[in-house]
Amino acid sequence: MISTSPPPDGCQADGSNAGSSAAETLLDVSGLSVSFPAGRQRATVVRNVDLQVRPGETVAVVGESGSGKSVTALAITRLLDYAGGRIDAGTLAFRLRDGASLDLARAPQERMRQLRGPEIAMVFQEPMTSLNPVLRIGNQIAEAVMLHQGLGAAAAREEARRMLERVRIPEAGRQLDRYPFQLSGGMRQRVMIAMALSCRPRLLIADEPTTALDVTVQAQVLRLMRALQQEMGMSLLFITHDMGVVAEIADRVVVMRDGLVVEQGDVGAIFARPQQDYTRRLLAAVPVLGSLAGENLPRPFPENGKEPPPQDTVDAAHKPVLEVDRLVTRFEVRRGLLGRSVGRIHAVEHVSFMVRPGETLGLVGESGCGKSTTGRSIIRLEQPEAGSIRLDGEDVTELTADSEKLLRRAVQYVFQDPFASLDPRLTIGFSVAEPIRTHDLLRGRAVEERVGALLEQVGLGGGYSRRYPHELSGGQRQRVCIARALASEPRLIIADEAVAALDVSIRSQVVNLLMDLQRRLGVAYLFISHDMAVVERIAHRVAVMYLGQIVEIGPRGAVLGDPQHAYTRRLLAAVPIPDPARRGHERALDDSEVPSPMRRHDDPPEVAPLVRVGPDHYVARHRIGGLF
Amino acid sequence: MIAFLARRALGILPVLVCVSLFSFGFVRMLPGDPARLLAGPDATLQEVRAVRISLGLNKPLWQQYLTYIRQTLVGKLGTSARTGQPVAKVIGERFMPTFWLTVAAMAWSTVIGVALGVLAGVRRGQWQDQTSMVLAVSGISFPAFWLGLLLIDLFSVRLHWLPTGGEEGWRSFILPSFTLGVAVAAVMARFTRSAFVEVAGEDYVRTARMKGVLERRVIWKHTFRNALIPVITMAGLQFGFLLGGSIVIETVFAWPGLGRLLVDSVNYRDYPVIQAEILLFSLEFVLINLLVDVLYAVVNPEIRLQ
Repeated sequence: MISTSPPPDGCQADGSNAGSSAAETLLDVSGLSVSFPAGRQRATVVRNVDLQVRPGETVAVVGESGSGKSVTALAITRLLDYAGGRIDAGTLAFRLRDGASLDLARAPQERMRQLRGPEIAMVFQEPMTSLNPVLRIGNQIAEAVMLHQGLGAAAAREEARRMLERVRIPEAGRQLDRYPFQLSGGMRQRVMIAMALSCRPRLLIADEPTTALDVTVQAQVLRLMRALQQEMGMSLLFITHDMGVVAEIADRVVVMRDGLVVEQGDVGAIFARPQQDYTRRLLAAVPVLGSLAGENLPRPFPENGKEPPPQDTVDAAHKPVLEVDRLVTRFEVRRGLLGRSVGRIHAVEHVSFMVRPGETLGLVGESGCGKSTTGRSIIRLEQPEAGSIRLDGEDVTELTADSEKLLRRAVQYVFQDPFASLDPRLTIGFSVAEPIRTHDLLRGRAVEERVGALLEQVGLGGGYSRRYPHELSGGQRQRVCIARALASEPRLIIADEAVAALDVSIRSQVVNLLMDLQRRLGVAYLFISHDMAVVERIAHRVAVMYLGQIVEIGPRGAVLGDPQHAYTRRLLAAVPIPDPARRGHERALDDSEVPSPMRRHDDPPEVAPLVRVGPDHYVARHRIGGLF
Repeated sequence: MIAFLARRALGILPVLVCVSLFSFGFVRMLPGDPARLLAGPDATLQEVRAVRISLGLNKPLWQQYLTYIRQTLVGKLGTSARTGQPVAKVIGERFMPTFWLTVAAMAWSTVIGVALGVLAGVRRGQWQDQTSMVLAVSGISFPAFWLGLLLIDLFSVRLHWLPTGGEEGWRSFILPSFTLGVAVAAVMARFTRSAFVEVAGEDYVRTARMKGVLERRVIWKHTFRNALIPVITMAGLQFGFLLGGSIVIETVFAWPGLGRLLVDSVNYRDYPVIQAEILLFSLEFVLINLLVDVLYAVVNPEIRLQ
């Protein structure tokens, strides 16, 4: 299985010699198998896994959902016991500070508890739920310090403050008394890291620590983890699905699939010369920002090693299918005794753009920038305050019976979460048929035939129509959502982070499906996404949003290839590049946060028309807020 | 916190208006002459006329409503048709026995119920869990009147340890408050268990374990406090129901409380008393809800600070 074997490991041969610390293995996982109860039997989810972590080394475990990478981490920390899992076989040899070796797989829970914190610490994926909501963050950090270092309350609090400073949290002293809900996701993840590092662990396990974060925040957190690792000289076991992140941070890579180690080796070797077919496919499916540099048209992801032709589907001769003019959507923020309005969230502020038939406009930006609210305002899931929306030249800003009918039929929406957007109690066929019945497009047998044809079109057989959502995988469900969106023969589909929740190999398939449908049906997309590399593949034009405003809009080649706005450049610079050879360049990134789009009533945001900088390419030259 | 309290207190104003309207409308929505109904079945013509004048029943409805509010605020709730005493006095005498019985029942059942619930949650799937839940289901299913009779038979009739009924001294509280609290303790145990199990699966509990925190502290500091919110809600609801007075328990133990008063009033069509009880029960729920909101804020900083 292991084709690119790690350098011969000195530890096993002369384990008694504690002096050779560089070669000494800190953690040696050998033959690990883990099972969970599944009905009356047990399901083995990790089989015979071998991996080593040496002092000061970063080992990345990569794999798609269900690969067993997180369970491996849970087994090492033995949090597995609390999750219902069981180690069936294998050893987890951990080298303690005094040089003795302990098998974590057989250590009693009380011994493990003593190791958690000072020896092994862990940072989890979800910073929003991993901190206790009812305790102040200072106390949450100090708790571990008091426990493992025997410090008093005051000294532990001081240590907590020092740790917050260390993870670059501004005004650390003031933050100690705040609660988690008062901090942003990026700040919470810093608090998690501060907590994990507060007892100076020798092994830090990070399970998808940046997956839930925005790309600029992800870059900040990755840089921080790397810096702290060097300062403190600890080992890092980094679990991720993101090859870009692996290339940024790992020394060695372990590729997992279906509970098995597929391949492991040096990061350079894995990327340059993957030995296993699965690794090759995984790497091929990773969208690489810049892979279409110099081209202007979108191009589907390569399939079976072949690069498909570019996609020229825009119909410039006809009227735009969607024209949005100076759209404004704001939310009042009410506080105090009588719920007085204290300010407004300027979610969408004078946003203008159009989408031509057969065109894909990528709408990108970080969380809270207003990209989803823009999409939701168009279909009136939110009520815009001002501006106009035209479909095929027809004004649908005021919803009359006629214009609502037009809007509901001509524009369809695909949401991010394919698990939540299908009714679990209805069959797939019923869900897909619903728009056909609602708009009275067909009747009787014809509906069923059309549903079959639609499912066929998205790559699912007609047999799926009798199944229920829980029988389908995430990718299949998202195909069903797309089939449902197509059912009313829309002119425009708004895809709101429609591929964000999918595994990387499924993601490229669904993107290719969307592009294929565009080629065949001429449908236009408003493709809302935070993923610049996917947008590069699918979009003809790109609009970048920041604090509710579009700061740059233009042809994809121009916006991504020659960005004219400082924020666009910052966003692009933060995207991790899945190529370890290009890691060296320490990009100039500040630790600032994107400010809140909430403003006081007497402090309205500055708005101004965008300035033309090239053919069809416009940029904001006025001050938006924050750094830009 | 003060702004939060003030906002919640203001928020109950519209509820109070609804409550007063309902109580006011109660007699007027019944078929027949409200003056006749309020004066009682045995009232003479003069008495009916006196009621009509005192309530202004010949005036427009809104004036009647204002009269009703004014009189209610100063505690003039009319005269009991059955005893001729002022309604405020009748209710007042019956409220305190019910109140103290409720407090006694809630106190023991909440402590025991929550403790059993936590035990079951911590030892999920083990014998402690199964035993607690068997107890809880039995507690809910066991008919209170029968349990009460069995207890009287054992402790009062056979052993002569405790009085069979009535409200005289602390010993008279033991049997009724135990009987009343059994179902509450059972419900609280089940609620606490499910809230605890849910919170125990939260990411931040895993974080606490990963810090190497002692298991005892994981349970009480990180899990229990977060599991309290649904438990507080349930306790508030139970408290409100019990404050209305349990007809069954008060009958079995000859307890001079609101439950029996309501039965007597309904049997006799003593509308002034029924009307006042409606008002009282509604007010109790409103106040308990306010109390529950305050407890939420104490437990959860997010509610307090926003």
